[in-house]
Amino acid sequence: MTDPVLPPLLPVLPEMVLAVAGLVLLMLGVFRQGTAAATAGLVGWLSLLVLAITAALVWQTAPASTFGGMFVTDAFTRFAKLLTLGGAAATLAMSLSWLDREGEARFEFPVLVLFAVLGMMMMISAGNLMSLYMGLELQSLALYVLAAFQRGNVKASEAGLKYFVLGSVASGLYLYGASLVYGFAGTTDFAALATVLGDGEGHIGAMIGLVFVLAALAFKVSAVPFHMWTPDVYEGAPTPVTAFFSVAPKVAALTLLVRVAMGPFLGMVGDWQQIIVLIAAASMIWGAFAAIPQNNIKRLMAYSSIGHVGYALMGLAAASPEGVRGLLVYLTIYVVMNVGVFAVILSLRQHGRLVENIPDMAGMARTNPMLAAAMGILMFSMAGIPPLAGFFAKFHVFLAAIHAGQVTLAIIGVLSSVVAAYYYLRIIKVMYFDQPVDGFDRTLDKPTAAVLAVSSLLVLFFSVVPARLTTPADAAAAPIVGASTVGELAPAAAEATGDASGDGH
Amino acid sequence: MYTLTIFLPLAAAIVTGLFGRTLGDRNAQLLTCGAVGVSAVLSILIFNQVALGGEEITVPLLRWIESGPLAFDWALKFDTLTAVMVLTVTWVSFMVHVYSIGYMAHDLSKPRFMAYMSFFTFAMLMLVTADNLVQMFFGWEGVGVASYLLIGFWYERPSANAAAIKAFIVNRVGDFGFMLGIFGAFLFFGTVELDAIFAAAPERAGETFNIFGMEVNAITAICLLLFLGAMGKSAQIGLHTWLPDAMEGPTPVSALIHAATMVTAGVFMVARMSPLFEFSTTALSVVTLVGAATAFFAATVGCVQNDIKRVIAYSTCSQLGYMFFALGVSAYPAAIFHLMTHAFFKSLLFLGAGSVIHAMSDEQDMRRMGGIWRHIKLTYAMMWIGSLALAGIPFFAGYYSKDMILEAAFGAHSVVGQLAYWLGVMAALMTAFYSWRLLLMTFHGKPRADEHVMAHVHESPPVMTVPLMVLALGAIFSGFIGYDLFVGDGRAVFWAQSILVRDGNDSIEAAHHVALWVKALPVVVALAGIAAAYVMYQMAPEVPAALAAGFPRLYRFLLNKWYFDELYDRIFVRPAFRVGRALWKGGDGALIDGVGPDGVAAAVKDVARRVGRLQSGLVIHYALAMMLGVAAFVTYFVIGIFG
Repeated sequence: MTDPVLPPLLPVLPEMVLAVAGLVLLMLGVFRQGTAAATAGLVGWLSLLVLAITAALVWQTAPASTFGGMFVTDAFTRFAKLLTLGGAAATLAMSLSWLDREGEARFEFPVLVLFAVLGMMMMISAGNLMSLYMGLELQSLALYVLAAFQRGNVKASEAGLKYFVLGSVASGLYLYGASLVYGFAGTTDFAALATVLGDGEGHIGAMIGLVFVLAALAFKVSAVPFHMWTPDVYEGAPTPVTAFFSVAPKVAALTLLVRVAMGPFLGMVGDWQQIIVLIAAASMIWGAFAAIPQNNIKRLMAYSSIGHVGYALMGLAAASPEGVRGLLVYLTIYVVMNVGVFAVILSLRQHGRLVENIPDMAGMARTNPMLAAAMGILMFSMAGIPPLAGFFAKFHVFLAAIHAGQVTLAIIGVLSSVVAAYYYLRIIKVMYFDQPVDGFDRTLDKPTAAVLAVSSLLVLFFSVVPARLTTPADAAAAPIVGASTVGELAPAAAEATGDASGDGH
Repeated sequence: MYTLTIFLPLAAAIVTGLFGRTLGDRNAQLLTCGAVGVSAVLSILIFNQVALGGEEITVPLLRWIESGPLAFDWALKFDTLTAVMVLTVTWVSFMVHVYSIGYMAHDLSKPRFMAYMSFFTFAMLMLVTADNLVQMFFGWEGVGVASYLLIGFWYERPSANAAAIKAFIVNRVGDFGFMLGIFGAFLFFGTVELDAIFAAAPERAGETFNIFGMEVNAITAICLLLFLGAMGKSAQIGLHTWLPDAMEGPTPVSALIHAATMVTAGVFMVARMSPLFEFSTTALSVVTLVGAATAFFAATVGCVQNDIKRVIAYSTCSQLGYMFFALGVSAYPAAIFHLMTHAFFKSLLFLGAGSVIHAMSDEQDMRRMGGIWRHIKLTYAMMWIGSLALAGIPFFAGYYSKDMILEAAFGAHSVVGQLAYWLGVMAALMTAFYSWRLLLMTFHGKPRADEHVMAHVHESPPVMTVPLMVLALGAIFSGFIGYDLFVGDGRAVFWAQSILVRDGNDSIEAAHHVALWVKALPVVVALAGIAAAYVMYQMAPEVPAALAAGFPRLYRFLLNKWYFDELYDRIFVRPAFRVGRALWKGGDGALIDGVGPDGVAAAVKDVARRVGRLQSGLVIHYALAMMLGVAAFVTYFVIGIFG
């Protein structure tokens, strides 16, 4: 494993390609002659190509560990990376024409997205608290800039600044926690930590460190009570950025959370499980209640995503292979639904003006029947109405939670999903039963339309072939639980092998 | 052949019902008429083989329910009783289908109408071919649904909807009895298959079971419950109120369902269950009394009604009463005989009335008719034939069957039998009276309709008159032809095993030996009734008004149909509405909604507002929340460890 000169680079190939391509595209953007919009378009499409190439490389990657265990790849990282890349590509594709329409088309946007994605991939593959931090910061710095991308817009600047300040607080928490862990365990390597902390003795210092680390990661996934930036940033940031925020970083941070919790800190499962249960329950409840009075659709989606993170965390709270699988299934379906919803939001314009308020969607069923139908399907799915995909997502995590004995959590989940159904259904009610005030511009461009169509069809017909998702998710969950030193979690890992077919984004 | 006969109408109904628009009106009509026509032809073959050839047969279709001891098939049971019913049902249905082509010519949804009619025919055939009680119940409910749909066929009329709902609900009362009867039979006999029940009945007669602490005779209880179902479907007194209202449906429906076939289902059912009823004298007495009371009651009401269809409807009610008291005195063959002849002449009368209504531009009130016989001579002749048959004038169909019923009642030599005889004779007098009242008011006298309508009076097209003539043939000859087989010397061979009459109960045999005056009296009173009608409506038209003025209470009593509807409204309908309103406003609205959905929703809204206020927009608050969160978790653990 250890090579004195250079560690094996093959496992890092996708990340290297992405990094180099990002730099090349940056150069291209800077030195290319021509209008800014044309350059931005070119860079944008090339970025999509880069994401596709990276995805293909990730697909090929074999399970390995390199840089002295700092960087690991396995079926789990592959699943998470493909999901991140898919979500990022979908949102980027939708963003390009939107930015063009808004007169905000600048080549930095796709490049920043590439760097953010690079950070996420680093996070996902992190095998050490240090490399984790590196990925986390790379991602975060890119995202801060993206949030404030519309420099002229006060709200966007405010959003960027808030995100940056609070993000720094979170980073501080993380570093403080990591140093505590290092101080008490003597290592930052995940595998070594697992051995040290897995001896069954109480490690009070490491435990407090763990609380800080979890708090920082909870900030990244916007789980309650570390969520408060989310509504402001979602509302203030440009809509494509919000779309991106609600998808890719969520996947990366959540999978990272799984990796950290189920890897180095698996020995302390009894401790962190309580935190996750509390966070999950609080997120579900908060996401359900706080969204109700919202009139801004982006703000609503912020609370919606807080709630969804709560449901996904329920899978982690189960701390079982089934739970991890449920989390992955939930995440995938969440990404698909969310991308579709933002495709609709991005297309809402009246007289060249953006529409962000829910009452403005009145009577959409008559003015834009197709768009309204797609939105209706997605909203029903978000609310978890069978037979749409959203129902099965919830079903898997609830099932895992119940099997793991987290019945209270499951009940809270069911009840809060009832409350949450209110605001999803309200949108349908507004679209279908209210009198149209004004027509909508026909601005649905091709990439957005394609994303929307794929998303709503997947949501609609998921129940026909659920195994296409659950089987890869099963395989992806295996390495996480396979690293287990805790007896009761081990058995399910046996059947798992590395060759999952991955997620088809 | 057997299966085909039953399922052809269903196939036609499905195709027409689902693809009616694609098929077009003409094809839909041809398809349904064709299917029912083929069934009708096949029914002759069945009749020949089963009834005349004495070949009973059961066609098992498939296993239906198998649940513990409850197990039975879908099966078609054909014996003489069934064969007679199938023959009657398919032929009348066929005639009515054809007639409908003409009658519904101006209607917009012909395929729907034809589909319902065919579906009805299928359900009725299922009912009569059932080999177990549940299957019979299936057909029973099937005809109920078809009846509901057809009464409410013109759903844009509120009165039609109300009538449809009324028919359905009143029938539910009877159906509930029927269901309890089925449950009782299963409880007592451990099976719902007819043959098994009949086989077990003789040895278990006299056994009791316990209902609400009372020891009652099991067979009597089952029979009375089943009879409750029959009362509902056959509009016997008490549960008859839906039948006159059912005339809101198109006239062919009235002819087919509410005269010839469905309403006779109760009669059929009691006849079918004769091996059970025979073991309960009590049940038979009840049947006799209810039948006789209905025959008399409906006849009195029929005398004063002014709507042409309502007169015939009450007449139907009355004739069903005859059939029931025939059943009650064990003269089952006579009841079925009357059922068959009645099917012909009553559907003839209804279709004739339909032809009149058609001619009078949808006018149904006889007070606005009159003097039209010259314009529609054929219909006029048909109505005469129908009325003659109904009144029981010699050598028309009704004469044979009705007289046989009355003689059997007399010959039964029981108190209830005597009572039934005398009530029946009085009803016969009134039957003749109102029949001729109808004829005279409708066709004779001065025209009372306005000129516009009179100018339009025209004979119906052949597609309507030909079925009339076919039915007229039945109304004239079916009694004469069937007499020997049904109730004469050939009856033992003819009915074979399908009807059981215990020794000593054979009232038909007794009927052949009653005194001459007993036989002659019904004819005499019928002629008297006709004469009375002539006097009152032809010679001295001022008499009816004078009578009505002279006995205002009696007149209003009859005109308002003995106040049955008002009584039910007072006792059942309004209290039910009041209870419903109380539950709705108080129970559901205030209690469940208030505490449940509304209360919870209000609470949710409140919580949401508070939560929203926490989102201040200030970074410092957000950071504080994060820190508090971390602190809370750490504290939690520290307390967990040291506390």
